[in-house]
Amino acid sequence: MKIVIINYGAGNIQSIKFAFQRLGYEAVLSQNENEIKNADKVVFPGVGEASSAMKMLRQSGLNTLIPTLKQPVLGICLGMQLMCHTSEEGDTEGLGIFDCDVVKFSNKVKVPQIGWNEISNLKTDLFKGISEKEHIYLVHSFFAPLCKETIATSDYGLSYSAALAKNNFYGVQFHPEKSSDVGEQILKNFLTL
Amino acid sequence: MLAKRIIPCLDIKDGRTVKGINFVDLRDAGDPVELAEIYSKEGADELIFLDISATEQKRKTLAELVYHVAEKVNIPFTVGGGISSVEDVDMLLHNGADKVSINSSAVKNPQLINDLVAKFGSQCIVMAIDAKIIDGEWIVHLVGGKVPTELNLFEWAKEVEERGAGEILFTSMNHDGTKNGFANEALARLSSELNIPIIASGGAGNVQHFVDTFIDGKADAALAASVFHFKEIEIKDLKAELKKKGIPMRI
Repeated sequence: MKIVIINYGAGNIQSIKFAFQRLGYEAVLSQNENEIKNADKVVFPGVGEASSAMKMLRQSGLNTLIPTLKQPVLGICLGMQLMCHTSEEGDTEGLGIFDCDVVKFSNKVKVPQIGWNEISNLKTDLFKGISEKEHIYLVHSFFAPLCKETIATSDYGLSYSAALAKNNFYGVQFHPEKSSDVGEQILKNFLTL
Repeated sequence: MLAKRIIPCLDIKDGRTVKGINFVDLRDAGDPVELAEIYSKEGADELIFLDISATEQKRKTLAELVYHVAEKVNIPFTVGGGISSVEDVDMLLHNGADKVSINSSAVKNPQLINDLVAKFGSQCIVMAIDAKIIDGEWIVHLVGGKVPTELNLFEWAKEVEERGAGEILFTSMNHDGTKNGFANEALARLSSELNIPIIASGGAGNVQHFVDTFIDGKADAALAASVFHFKEIEIKDLKAELKKKGIPMRI
């Protein structure tokens, strides 16, 4: 199986590569259009700030490629947010895959949310074998509100989307590569989609 | 609900863990990677590696260590100790660290916080603050608490938040090593005056101290070293006990 992690200069992608390695797979880091197109599975990572990450995507032309991909694609953290319509962070226009606008947490809670929170209302085979209220690791200040593409929810002052899905596109707000055994199971599930 | 975090801290010198570590099942008590794996299996929510070496090769050794930890460990970890530039942080994050903690370098040059946040985002910048009470006032100290500054803890913490740090690791020098409990009054004040997560450090001696720091100290996470290294407290038992007391925990 060919797993490609899109390497566009954003985020801690080494950890994602290592996570697949622990599962027995060698993932390739790439920004090559053909290599990404021909992969069996594509991971779209992202840590950092939305507008600068989007700028890097545009510079490499990946912004037009990603929405046309046909194989299972998994956006992680900022990757998931960039797959949405817009983000309030840096007033950013996203890839528009998910029909959802990313906004900032209010000051009623500590921002960023850092740590382990529970996921509920789990849908799709991405969460096969995962129990309701399992803990996953998150670090974020912005979130996708609940929408028709929500496949997992979490609560932090309000209920929001911990994961989204539409056709072959999946996005998780949390870091499966840092979410212990639960995260590893979710990555394993992604590989079987 | 967001769980409170339990964070063991490992002191690193020349790529090896220091302080006696009392794990009978450890093949190599000085191997940080093996120790990290054990803590992760026991339920630690996060790990902090604090590099206390002062050698020329320090950066390279630390970067290698980070790479090996990231390879093996599936929970988040922070690296700190002598980090003073954007390049240092870039290398550590690139090798797989999730967060870095900065301390003295930011006191000397507060703009460093802004620069790091602009480049890497708030979420991976942890500001470590060591403070001690002098004449009734909490004063920020440097060099492991040896050198006092002019800074007041609460004012400095506020400034650090405004400059964009994502989290504060507050160590009370009055409590560190005493095993008499955390500095809950100061912690609670930090939590109410700031809107970023606060990690409590210094003073852990028993399970009740953790209960108190989460309830009275309103801490978001608690860090400890020797009580875990010497197995005076088992992380699994600690988390079970905290959960029983109604504190949200990942079990």
